[in-house]
Amino acid sequence: MNIVVCVKHVPDATADRRFESDNTVDRVGVDGLLSELDEYAVEQALQIKEKSENPADVTITALCVGPEKALDAVRKALQMGADEGIHVSDEAIAGSDYAATSLVLAKAVEKIVADKGQADLVMCGMASTDASGSVVPAMLAERLNLPQVTFASVVETQGDQVRIKRDGDTATEVIGGTMPLVLSVTDQTGEARYPSFKGIMAAKKKPLQTWSLSDIGVDAGEVGLSVAWSEVVDTTARPPRTAGEIVKDEDGSGAGALTDFLASKKFI
Amino acid sequence: MSEVLVLIDHVDGAVRKPTYELLAIAKRLGEPSAVFIGGADQAAGAVEAVTKYGAAKVYTVEDTEIKGYLVAPKAEVLQQLAEKVSPAAILITSSAEGKEIAGRLAIKLGSGIITDAVDVQADGDTVVTTQSVFAGNFTVQAKVTRGTPIITVKPNAAAPEEEAGAGAAEEFAATISDAAKTAQIVASQPRKATGRPELTEAAIVVSGGRGTGGNFEPIEGLADALGAAVGASRAAVDSGWMPHTFQVGQTGKTVSPQLYVANGISGAIQHRAGMQTSKTIIAVNKDDEAPIFELVDFGVVGDLHAVLPAATEAINQRKG
Ligand SMILES: Cc1cc2nc3c(=O)[nH]c(=O)nc-3n(C[C@H](O)[C@H](O)[C@H](O)COP(=O)(O)OP(=O)(O)OC[C@H]3O[C@@H](n4cnc5c(N)ncnc54)[C@H](O)[C@@H]3O)c2cc1C
Ligand SMILES: Nc1ncnc2c1ncn2[C@@H]1O[C@H](COP(=O)(O)O)[C@@H](O)[C@H]1O
Repeated sequence: MNIVVCVKHVPDATADRRFESDNTVDRVGVDGLLSELDEYAVEQALQIKEKSENPADVTITALCVGPEKALDAVRKALQMGADEGIHVSDEAIAGSDYAATSLVLAKAVEKIVADKGQADLVMCGMASTDASGSVVPAMLAERLNLPQVTFASVVETQGDQVRIKRDGDTATEVIGGTMPLVLSVTDQTGEARYPSFKGIMAAKKKPLQTWSLSDIGVDAGEVGLSVAWSEVVDTTARPPRTAGEIVKDEDGSGAGALTDFLASKKFI
Repeated sequence: MSEVLVLIDHVDGAVRKPTYELLAIAKRLGEPSAVFIGGADQAAGAVEAVTKYGAAKVYTVEDTEIKGYLVAPKAEVLQQLAEKVSPAAILITSSAEGKEIAGRLAIKLGSGIITDAVDVQADGDTVVTTQSVFAGNFTVQAKVTRGTPIITVKPNAAAPEEEAGAGAAEEFAATISDAAKTAQIVASQPRKATGRPELTEAAIVVSGGRGTGGNFEPIEGLADALGAAVGASRAAVDSGWMPHTFQVGQTGKTVSPQLYVANGISGAIQHRAGMQTSKTIIAVNKDDEAPIFELVDFGVVGDLHAVLPAATEAINQRKG
């Protein structure tokens, strides 16, 4: 069985994230890391492998599209336990939108399939922590002509059958599908493991390839900022909130002050 | 004027409020055409509902053949309809399902997509969206530069306008491929009504975090006194104190109410992501250095188990 896990390298959410002058996300000046939400996808892939009858027959390939620094995301996935890594990196990709990103991912998956045989599961996080569109998995599924089962809070597989639970807006659903398919998982699936010392050492010897656009048969003119199907025209930092009034609850005075504030703002 | 397609978000024919918000937005961009994909027996009720909120046309698509399958068939319906009517834009609610339909549709049509718009306006012939990004720290404006703009819109992005449209209903028969009929909904458990306002629609949200120690009574008491919805931090959800549907934040709901009251919540960036754009923010926390206090209009440094019940009592008294 082959599992491809799509992992994105994103600017650290706890750092000062910002935009470049061309309104693209600053991916160079801000520290980056493997998107935390994609760690859950790596974790679920590892669990599927560990629970399978023959774990040695399951190959997990971590796939990342991004600039040079994004290699760190692939490395982290390998340290967690993925078997192989693919980093698709090409200057022409800079500034790509969802459409172009999903194209590059799809072509890379197709090459993995050509090299290794069917990708039974293409796994994603529920959203990237920077763009947070939650649309790449659906777009990837459309491009690969695969079904999608997404936003899983619980994942179960048996043979080629996949069952997930998902919390929708109006209902909790059980969704079923047959491999091959695209599967995205949420942070409700359970904590992702930390790389162990052994894992970190082992990762150094795992196969890791860097592919350019020509390796996957994508024309440079199909990707990048200049041909994006959507464009950010303006970015504005939110004005800092003006410091509010803070009171200490001494001898029960807090409740009264709170009630007065609510009344002054006409919430009561 | 060009048509603007609005996909109706409904549960067994009962149209959900965000659809009316989309219709109000559609009017700014062209002529609102609602699209109903559902049971034949539910269509009349849905047509009536969206007509009240300005739908000029309603395409009804009978779903017996595709019911129970995940998003792919709906994307095919919209693709075929879009190819027929060449709409000025396609508006879909920003739910998990809505985004997935939009994602598939964008590839099918070769059109640009914008997700999670909090505002949509026409600038001449261009559709300009506003989004809140990086945990609410930035506001960006964007536009689609290729094909039909496909936009998923967050709840509360516009006020519904109760102004009747022509509501001309027209059946639309789509051809659904077998490939689209794969992933299937095996079982569905409708959410139980809480008796409180819907989290994403509420004017006031009162939330509790790890600081509640698992006792949400003070939170619920204050919420009820204020007519508010109840929310929770991920720590409270992970501890099993509240279901995940109550979670506010990056991986939960985004709320932008008139008033947000955070109790026993430290104010981590992932929590802020879901509430930072609220108009007025109040926090009750016993640690005067909790980062949540950086956001507040009013804060109480104290024990929520003492402050909230007393405040609730005082509020109920004032209300008389
Ligand atoms: C990928 C990812 C996604 C995440 N998504 C979300 C999300 O969607 N939503 C979310 O909320 N978090 C999310 N988190 C988690 C987030 O980082 C924080 O861990 C979480 O928000 C902390 O919840 P908390 O504030 O309730 O708990 P804590 O950080 O433990 O804070 C508890 C607070 O309660 C106060 N307190 C304790 N006792 C009392 C008392 N008696 N009275 C008053 N105050 C008291 C303490 O002073 C403290 O400030 C995410 C994290 C990751 C990595
Ligand atoms: N550049 C990328 N490289 C690898 N995977 C990606 C990339 N962009 C998005 N993904 C995958 O798609 C998911 C959803 O991303 P998004 O639609 O951007 O929110 C992520 O959690 C990843 O699994």
